[in-house]
Amino acid sequence: MFLKINTDHSRFRQIIRGKIKKDLRKFISRGEVFGRKGKDLVSIPMPSIDLPHFEFGDNKGRGIGAGDGQPGQTLGPGEGKEGEGKAGNAEGLHVREVDITLEELAQILGEELGLPRIEPKGDKQMSSMRDRYTGINNIGPQSLLHFKRTYKEALRRQIANGTYDPENPIVTPEGRDERFRTWKTKPVENNNAVIILIMDVSGSMGDEQKEIVRTESFWIDTWLRSQYKGIDTRYIVHDATAREVDRETFFSTRESGGTIISSAYQLADEIIQKHYPASEWNIYPFHFSDGDNWSADDTQKCFQILEQKLLPKSNVFCYGQVESLYGSGQFFRDLKEHFQSGKSAADRVIASRIPNKEAIYDSIKEFLNKGL
Amino acid sequence: MADLPKELRIFQDDIEKYARDYGLDFFTTVFEILDFEQLNQVASYGGFPTRYPHWSFGMEYERLSKSYSYGLSKIYEMVINNDPVVAYLLKSNAVMDQKLVMAHVFGHADFFKNNYYFSVTNRKAVDMMANHGVKIRRYVEKLGYDRVEAFIDTCLTLENLIDPHGNFMKRTRSPEADSEQDFDPSRIKVPKLRSKDYMDKFINPPEFLEQQKQKIIDEQKRERGFPDSPQQDVLQFLIDYAPLENWERDILSIIREEAYYFLPQGQTKVMNEGWASYWHTTIMTNKAMTDSEVIDYADHHSGTVSMAGGRFNPYKIGLELFRDIEDRWNKGKFGSEYDNCTNMVEKKNWDRKLGKGKEKIFEVRKIYNDVTFLDEFLTPEFCAEHKLFTFQMNPKSNEYEIASREFEKIKKQLLFQLANMGRPRIFVSNANYQNRGELYLWHQFEGVELKLETAKETLMNLHKCWRRPVHIQTRLDEHYRLLSFDGKDLTERTLSKDDAYQG
Repeated sequence: MFLKINTDHSRFRQIIRGKIKKDLRKFISRGEVFGRKGKDLVSIPMPSIDLPHFEFGDNKGRGIGAGDGQPGQTLGPGEGKEGEGKAGNAEGLHVREVDITLEELAQILGEELGLPRIEPKGDKQMSSMRDRYTGINNIGPQSLLHFKRTYKEALRRQIANGTYDPENPIVTPEGRDERFRTWKTKPVENNNAVIILIMDVSGSMGDEQKEIVRTESFWIDTWLRSQYKGIDTRYIVHDATAREVDRETFFSTRESGGTIISSAYQLADEIIQKHYPASEWNIYPFHFSDGDNWSADDTQKCFQILEQKLLPKSNVFCYGQVESLYGSGQFFRDLKEHFQSGKSAADRVIASRIPNKEAIYDSIKEFLNKGL
Repeated sequence: MADLPKELRIFQDDIEKYARDYGLDFFTTVFEILDFEQLNQVASYGGFPTRYPHWSFGMEYERLSKSYSYGLSKIYEMVINNDPVVAYLLKSNAVMDQKLVMAHVFGHADFFKNNYYFSVTNRKAVDMMANHGVKIRRYVEKLGYDRVEAFIDTCLTLENLIDPHGNFMKRTRSPEADSEQDFDPSRIKVPKLRSKDYMDKFINPPEFLEQQKQKIIDEQKRERGFPDSPQQDVLQFLIDYAPLENWERDILSIIREEAYYFLPQGQTKVMNEGWASYWHTTIMTNKAMTDSEVIDYADHHSGTVSMAGGRFNPYKIGLELFRDIEDRWNKGKFGSEYDNCTNMVEKKNWDRKLGKGKEKIFEVRKIYNDVTFLDEFLTPEFCAEHKLFTFQMNPKSNEYEIASREFEKIKKQLLFQLANMGRPRIFVSNANYQNRGELYLWHQFEGVELKLETAKETLMNLHKCWRRPVHIQTRLDEHYRLLSFDGKDLTERTLSKDDAYQG
């Protein structure tokens, strides 16, 4: 049966894409997208997609129901109370959401921000061996037994030797009928990447600043994921000392105390050395801070680590300065000054200021549009 | 589309025979079997896979497929009001489900053929929809997808502005014919200058008076509203008078025709589902079911009529009301003698052995729609037995609460929800507002306010058809409000009671 739904459905998807694109800046700064993230999908609330009509408003939530209970008894908030459905009661509670894959979202982000595709470094040398189940063999472990092929084989044998009875179609496989899946090991070109998110959690970083970091790192993560097959994310928080944490902690901890940035860079370098040899991985350290480092000495130490250790291994080093009430923002200036253009690694250090949520959009663009 | 497998074909013949034996009367019914994806596709098009292309069907498809794959809902069947009736079955259903669904379908088929509100629908709907599809596809080829789509969007936002009785209205005169008869020029008084009698014909010369009179007549004619009386079929009004291009007029007519085709289904939801459920239970439990299917049947049926979670279920209420009517007319529990009886025990055991139940329910399915059906047959006893209540949002706790179990309140709320299918009543009251050819819509206020946000957007869409400023008068917070859109700006102002149109 031929149906035209595919045309209409893809047109609908196209409209959604258009709407997301149009409102991308809004979606990004509101940060409401990633709060509803599943494994591969995000749900985006989009009430405006429905065609408007002259219709009743909230109707003060009146309707008809059935069941036990006395007048005045509560029925719970908006639970199954659509009543006659079309009567419009309680409908306002259901905001239409559309699902979109992270891949599609990344694509939209890329198109809208005009991001170049990333050229993975050192493609050729980076390879590893992968197993793929491609073949069938007649010996193997029971765990890889291929039932369908085994029974087919048994059927074939029974027909051949005349023991198959169509009226009583019982097929019994014997040892020689058994077939097993086998694998081949092939070298695959590797383009793995690791994102190292470093965040300053010293006393001066408030909840609003963290929200910005969270939003921005979601989009960066989404984009990089669309560019690389395998992606790892590591999280480092630091105040006067640095430690590696899980995702949950990364976004929720709030410490107090001073800020020694070099401790974090040091730790990042250790993680890279331990787990992510630069010859096999594309490495993306992102550092978010309010730019209030403890001392000028430490800032110098940071640059030293950057120049000698981190930069040679990383594709790019990004520093996002979230503005807070207490931060002086000195680090941004120092960084800019130190890595003035002309220096060898300077074009791989990207610094961006994110004074508020609206600036996230432009900051993402700054970070990603070099295609490194 | 696949023909029915042999096994199901046999059941179809059996069930069809049972249905006819019970007195059901329907057009030839064709069953087609689809897998869930195909059924979702057909359902997204409202049952007509050949309909015109539009993204909203794609949106519906996404919603259906998603809720099917998450296991939230499942469409068992779809029936199309057409001659022959087309019914789609879901391939993955068990045999018992298919039998139940077939019996249910014959109930719908009988309702389509016999209910008065369906009598004026196009019985060649499959052809009609296909023709509409072809027409619109041609416009797409000629004018480009975007233009046509944008106009369909506009039309669909206005789709519900039709008259619930419009299917039965006959146009007696052409739209241009102006009614002169109720206009009496002899009653017009021309203001005169004060004068002595003998000077009168010099100070107020008769020729001048005649001239003035003519002027007043002209002015009154112009001021007199157009249309003469408010018209609820806003779509027809736009088709007749809006400055549309021919292709636009054609598309608007298509949308209107389809809206009217679907109208009776919205007006008889409780009855139609109740009737079909009545017949699937009757046929299955008396005839079609085998012993081994009892449990599955009970499971399926109780799911269909479930009122769990305080939900109002039209299947259940419709079914029970038909049963109640049958019982009452079998026992003679109606008429003044019964109504005036004050002895509750006697009333409860009332049985005049009339045996008119079957006859009555067939009559009811013929001449009633949901509003008249509930208005006439909903009884206090019925509401009590089925534990109906009205609920209301408590703004303090932001929770729904049971508001009342009083019969009158339940009935009022129910009728309000069903009248005009729960949509606001909107009329064209004046198409020459301020003598500037502006369109003035009137929302007949019945206690519930319009949703302002969508009303504004809809108004902007209306402007795309009328192409002159458009207004809608409604009520907000006890005040008359006029929303206006002139193509650029959307304005809102409060009207005094005198300025407001009162119908």
